[in-house]
Amino acid sequence: MAEEIRLMKGNEAIGEAAVRAGCRAYFGYPITPQNELTAYMAKHMLAKGRIFIQAESEVAAINMVYGASSTGARAMTSSSSPGVSLKQEGISYLCGADLPAVIVNVARSGPGLGGISPSQGDYFQATRGGGHGDYYTIVLAPKGVQDAADLTYEAFSISEKWRVPVLVLADGLIGQMMEGVVLPEPIDPATLPRWQWAVGHSVEMGRPYNHVSSINLVPDELEAANRKRFARYGQIKKELLRYEEIEVEDADVVFVAYGTSARVSHGALEMARAKGMKVGLFRPVTLWPFPYARLLELAEKGKRFLCVEMSMGQMVEDVRLAVNGKAPVYFYGRCGGNIPSQEEVFAEVARLMGK
Amino acid sequence: MELVYGHPKSLKPIQTKYCPGCGHGVIHRIIAEVVDEMGLQTKAIITNPVGCSIWADLYFDFDSVQPAHGRTPAAATGVKRMLPDHLVICYQGDGDLAAIGTAEIIHAANRGEKFTTIFVNNAIYGMTGGQMAPTTLVGQHATTAPEGRDPIVAGMGYPIRVCELLSSLEGTRYLARGSVNNMVNIRKTKNYIRKAFEAQMRGEGFTMVEILSQCPTNWQMNPVESVEWLEKNMITFYPLGEIKNTLSTAPAPAQAH
Amino acid sequence: MTEKTFMAGFGGQGIISLGQLWVYSAMKEGLKVTFFPFYGAEKRGGIARASVIVSDSEIKSPLVTSADSVVVMNQDSVEIAEKVCKEGGTIFVNSSLVKTDPARPDAKIVHVPCNDIALKLGDVRIANMVMMGALGKVTGALKLDKLESILKGFFPASKHSLISLNIAAVEEGKKAVS
Repeated sequence: MAEEIRLMKGNEAIGEAAVRAGCRAYFGYPITPQNELTAYMAKHMLAKGRIFIQAESEVAAINMVYGASSTGARAMTSSSSPGVSLKQEGISYLCGADLPAVIVNVARSGPGLGGISPSQGDYFQATRGGGHGDYYTIVLAPKGVQDAADLTYEAFSISEKWRVPVLVLADGLIGQMMEGVVLPEPIDPATLPRWQWAVGHSVEMGRPYNHVSSINLVPDELEAANRKRFARYGQIKKELLRYEEIEVEDADVVFVAYGTSARVSHGALEMARAKGMKVGLFRPVTLWPFPYARLLELAEKGKRFLCVEMSMGQMVEDVRLAVNGKAPVYFYGRCGGNIPSQEEVFAEVARLMGK
Repeated sequence: MELVYGHPKSLKPIQTKYCPGCGHGVIHRIIAEVVDEMGLQTKAIITNPVGCSIWADLYFDFDSVQPAHGRTPAAATGVKRMLPDHLVICYQGDGDLAAIGTAEIIHAANRGEKFTTIFVNNAIYGMTGGQMAPTTLVGQHATTAPEGRDPIVAGMGYPIRVCELLSSLEGTRYLARGSVNNMVNIRKTKNYIRKAFEAQMRGEGFTMVEILSQCPTNWQMNPVESVEWLEKNMITFYPLGEIKNTLSTAPAPAQAH
Repeated sequence: MTEKTFMAGFGGQGIISLGQLWVYSAMKEGLKVTFFPFYGAEKRGGIARASVIVSDSEIKSPLVTSADSVVVMNQDSVEIAEKVCKEGGTIFVNSSLVKTDPARPDAKIVHVPCNDIALKLGDVRIANMVMMGALGKVTGALKLDKLESILKGFFPASKHSLISLNIAAVEEGKKAVS
């Protein structure tokens, strides 16, 4: 039987999706605007006899994830921008040890303490690894509550498949707003596979002892390990790339936007189309890997791009890299916790199109 | 014929990288002996620190997890919570535990996490080359305390007695301080480790054995001098024995008359 | 059909509950919904606001920046209503508390004496439900005929005795604008 539609806050839908994905351990530290998620996990993980710890810091929380993930368990942490900065040390170690993990960032405005309103100012941090060393994390960017639930649910299996942490990059609006959501099928963690790379249960698994570690002081060996990981990144780029296109085919100007900005741009697109303007929307769902090739294809078809972000311009750099000078790339951004209105985005595209 | 000496199964039969006179080798050995004696080799998981004993995974012949510097108790929390029937050994040095990982150890202890911390206190940073540790004694020389640790004028603080610091936390059940300066203390220390491991497997709460250990290289002494220095300076400041024992097996406190 | 509503009042007037019950009702009536409460500096100042969209198609921007309808529950919210209401939109004014109409001659102003009606029913706290009835009736966006089961889920069991009073408030709100 299909699940009924439930009205949920984004933060709660993310939590429920994680519970249903068979998450066995959640570790978090309070920070606005994602507190409902931590509270949801406290209530529902403990009620199911799973692990919930309110950690002493975001640093501790991500390292608890590291420990839990080392045993092969589905483990998760969540935070908002300043807290995600603190987690970067642990994320680097997770990547170095090839451990899966799910990290949710319900982003707020920065830099520094900044504000508690929604922002997309963490794009650079999210898509360039974020911590020290050569690595990437997979980044999924939901555009609403349903999407946040679906992508969080899927994040666990994607992360396990590739042994790369998955960052779900939402923002304060997606975390705080309520929408209808149909939740995915619950998975019983007891039915999930045990992994040969994990520690514990070595006899049952019939394997030699494992050492989960990111250290290697031999340059050639460490280089080889990094190259092997980058070969996997190459496969991820081929197999995981996701984006959504709306009325792109005949468009003269294509909005490029993710998450909340994509929703706003979609509204602006409707306003433009109602006036006969040929406007489309390209929405990357995976921010890493980024759909460079498809944007280049569109550029070669003669389309122009207007990148809309809740930042001073971060993803726009990837769009420029993608089109490689073959098409004009414009930028419209708001920051500081401001969300652009569809009217102002429409006004910008109308100005560009000389309307 | 009775076997009176053998190499522990839980310790690989290879030479360690540790310096002559360093305590880590002995500490590794007594841990491995207890693991063997308890029949827990296949259930043991060690979380290594960052410091000289970062190489523990080369020597212990069981599963290991290597977390970030000082985050060892947080990672051990994650491991033990997922695998409560396993023996989780959280091995830390004085920089890892008492400096960069202070928050993690205090809160893991306070939550009563059911792993065992082995805290190796040699009053100096070993791997990075002899910098001042939180447990460096007043007046003791270090590369970052060239005139000796000076708590007053230079504001370098005082050595931290970790067992005593943690003893006020209700989550801690067993805190003992041993030393590897002689056979008697090695045997006592091994006994503390056994008590802690047994308590862990009974699920009693946070257990820790602090072990005073020599670092001749960074103390700039020969091994014999380093043992003498430890006895004269460290044991007098860091008293040996069970600092706190509220285990279910603890002897009842003497009745007042 | 898409109805974008901006709701504004002060903390304690049940703006958030009003928005949530409006979208719960819309979901029961088969519509897609988005509800976004505003908080932050305004919240500390005692002002509560919500962006609420109900639609029979996919909802694009979740923010109401050009509202089809605006709910103004107190005098201080008149100014925001003047700004956010679209050309020719509808502004619902709680005339029990709001004494000056929004300066928007293009907009349709609907006066609903929410507090007076609520007080007559016996509880001023259901003024928001009176407004919901009026909003449903005038916009035609929602029928608001499935409230009983929604309220059963919304209120804890200890407050189920208040359900009939809430439904009565909604019905009185509808009547007030008929």
